[in-house]
Amino acid sequence: MDFGLSEEQLLLAETVTRFLDERLPVPRVREVIDGDESIDPDAWRALAELGVTGCLVPETHGGAELSLLDAAVIATALGHGAAPLPFLGSATLATLVLRGAASPAVQSEWLPRLADGSARMALAAAERIEQRQDSGVTFEGGRLQGTALFVIDGAGADAYLVAVGDDVHLVPASADGLAIKALPTIDRTRGLVELGFEAVAPADSFLAVGAALDRAVDAGRVIVSADILGSCDRAISMSVAYAMDREQFGRPIATFQAVKHLCAEMVAAIEPARSLLWYAGHSWDEIPEESALLATLCKAHFSTVGHDLVRIATQVHGGIGFTDEYDLQLWFKRVGLSRQLLGGPEKLNAHAAELQGLA
Amino acid sequence: MDLSYGPEYETFRAELREFLQTRGDEAPGRAGEVASLGGESLVRWQKLLIEHGYAARNIPKEYGGAGAEPDPLIATILSEEFGRARVSRGVAGQGIDMLVPTLLEHGSEEQKRSYVPPTVTGEMVWCQGYSEPGAGSDLAAIQTHGRVEGDTLVINGQKIWTSTAQFSQMMFALVRTEPEAAKHAGISYVLVPMDTPGLDVRPLKTMTGHAEFNEVFFDEVRVPVANIVGRRGQGWKIANTTLGHERNMLGSSATSEGLYEGVVRVMREEQVDGHSALESPVLRDRLMSLQAKTIAMKCHAMRLLGSRLRGESSGVAGLVTKLNGCQLNHDLAGLAIDAMGEGGVLYRGTDRSRENGRWQFQYMFQLGLIIGGGTAQIQKNIISERGLGMPREPKVAASAAKSGVKG
Repeated sequence: MDFGLSEEQLLLAETVTRFLDERLPVPRVREVIDGDESIDPDAWRALAELGVTGCLVPETHGGAELSLLDAAVIATALGHGAAPLPFLGSATLATLVLRGAASPAVQSEWLPRLADGSARMALAAAERIEQRQDSGVTFEGGRLQGTALFVIDGAGADAYLVAVGDDVHLVPASADGLAIKALPTIDRTRGLVELGFEAVAPADSFLAVGAALDRAVDAGRVIVSADILGSCDRAISMSVAYAMDREQFGRPIATFQAVKHLCAEMVAAIEPARSLLWYAGHSWDEIPEESALLATLCKAHFSTVGHDLVRIATQVHGGIGFTDEYDLQLWFKRVGLSRQLLGGPEKLNAHAAELQGLA
Repeated sequence: MDLSYGPEYETFRAELREFLQTRGDEAPGRAGEVASLGGESLVRWQKLLIEHGYAARNIPKEYGGAGAEPDPLIATILSEEFGRARVSRGVAGQGIDMLVPTLLEHGSEEQKRSYVPPTVTGEMVWCQGYSEPGAGSDLAAIQTHGRVEGDTLVINGQKIWTSTAQFSQMMFALVRTEPEAAKHAGISYVLVPMDTPGLDVRPLKTMTGHAEFNEVFFDEVRVPVANIVGRRGQGWKIANTTLGHERNMLGSSATSEGLYEGVVRVMREEQVDGHSALESPVLRDRLMSLQAKTIAMKCHAMRLLGSRLRGESSGVAGLVTKLNGCQLNHDLAGLAIDAMGEGGVLYRGTDRSRENGRWQFQYMFQLGLIIGGGTAQIQKNIISERGLGMPREPKVAASAAKSGVKG
């Protein structure tokens, strides 16, 4: 019996955190998000050497074939660093859909390139989670038609996996009739795009792969939760440090219970959530019969906890926390995006009830 | 992450299950019933449990326990299996859980021999005399004082929130014996027989309508000085060795799991306009939010167990259980009441009340637990100071503090 992260997982967290501190410190993050590219492509390729880009790619295709809990450890570090990198879209969602749904030939073509960081992919599946107005893609007569919204990490991807019902179609970014439009969001450390399809012929189609899509989305929900966890850890440590440093009324504001209690509330909320995340990550590989429910509840819970937590962190900081110059806003926005991704809390709670027959 | 317990533990679990199945109906009442404290059937059951190593497991044999080495996994299996079988775990409460560990650590040989064995079997019931009307969160401000006359300690004052005082033979109390000493240094830990003349127990009825607590008044109560545990003036330190234990008893995830299952049952059965309350999207949303928290607390308990097994400090993670668990239990009871609509207000004494007012009782009782055993605000002080290293609120001037405890 050992509930917790292993030595290897702690080392992995430390390695990725150190890499980010060196290669992607906050000033560099700001440079990237103010620049033309939505991610830092050099850092992404460098992370390939640490096994990060291909952590969920099988060893036979050049990946590290780590567990989802390992990937969650990485995602926590990336959230902590507000890293502008396509870990969720390419390394998690697209990778797992390829693994679970694509033909061996397509896997051999793409997985090694995702693993070594030379290619990126994104999954267009927002409509599978929640059908919104002005969106939806159809597949008739061998052609894709319509609009896919909110494709996470879609900017600069080499190809897209487009979910239509239980089928998945592979569309290269260069395909005729495909329009890729970046959608500005609050969180510029990760990007969403909108895909327009005008009689697009997919390069490949994988039919009746709904279960693989669901598994990938479950994993994605764990990874987003992990990203929120890392963001929250950062917001808490910034808040505590600020409260110890900032003086008002002649003493550090950390001596005021009104401020201390806000910090205590943040920690009290995040620690049991961390335990839930570890268990949800573990269950995806080891207890698959429980993992859909755990991933769903976990993401719903983190959406709520994270959202409240970054608000409290901003409150602890007072006016400075509201400025662009101070870095806390990066995490406020990152959690804001994460909360909505792959289903907000209400949607996920309804889904969780259905999964256990409580609806 | 490895959630298996290993073969030797599974053998222990299998034997325990077998025991609970074959002997479980000898257990008195239902788990956690207070009324049977000190009763014959409980003592008989407790002795059987000790014999099998299922109770008083880590208390040395010479003092009436089973004498096994502490093992957090065994402790977890015991709690899981008794909970699953819904069978009484034997004697619980402040005597065995708080006094006994204190005596084993700080008591004289004579105190250990006189008090531990009957406490362990449940024949001697204890209550805790800590809180006072003027000393709640600021416990060290107690004013109940003991004056030494030869080899006798004469106690005057008042204790409050004393659960089980009406069934108890003994009280362990904090008494100010050194009025001139600094606030924390003037307190002694004293063992007081409840039948001593001058000691008066009055039930304290709470908002639930029941007297879960008592007030205890001391008017020239005379006990031997030999009833002080440790040295005079050491009581604060001695009490603190077991206060942390109380924090962990409150907010256990097993309670939340039981309440969660109960709420699901209520919502499934409650009919609103011809539909089950589970079909209400708003109530269902609340239910799922609380389910996530319940599972999180269960995972959190496993994580803390993992830290103990590795011999590591759980750090700040170990300080948040009471704050979260008690609030969660209160919220679960609140949801059950809301799912019943107007029927949610019914209390004991009508057939229309679901489970004889259980949920209203829980809603009120759990609120009491958010306050008792260290209020939510004190918990937040502990989390921020011990967990996050944030500074304490500056003390008021020393002279003011001291005059406050003299009275």
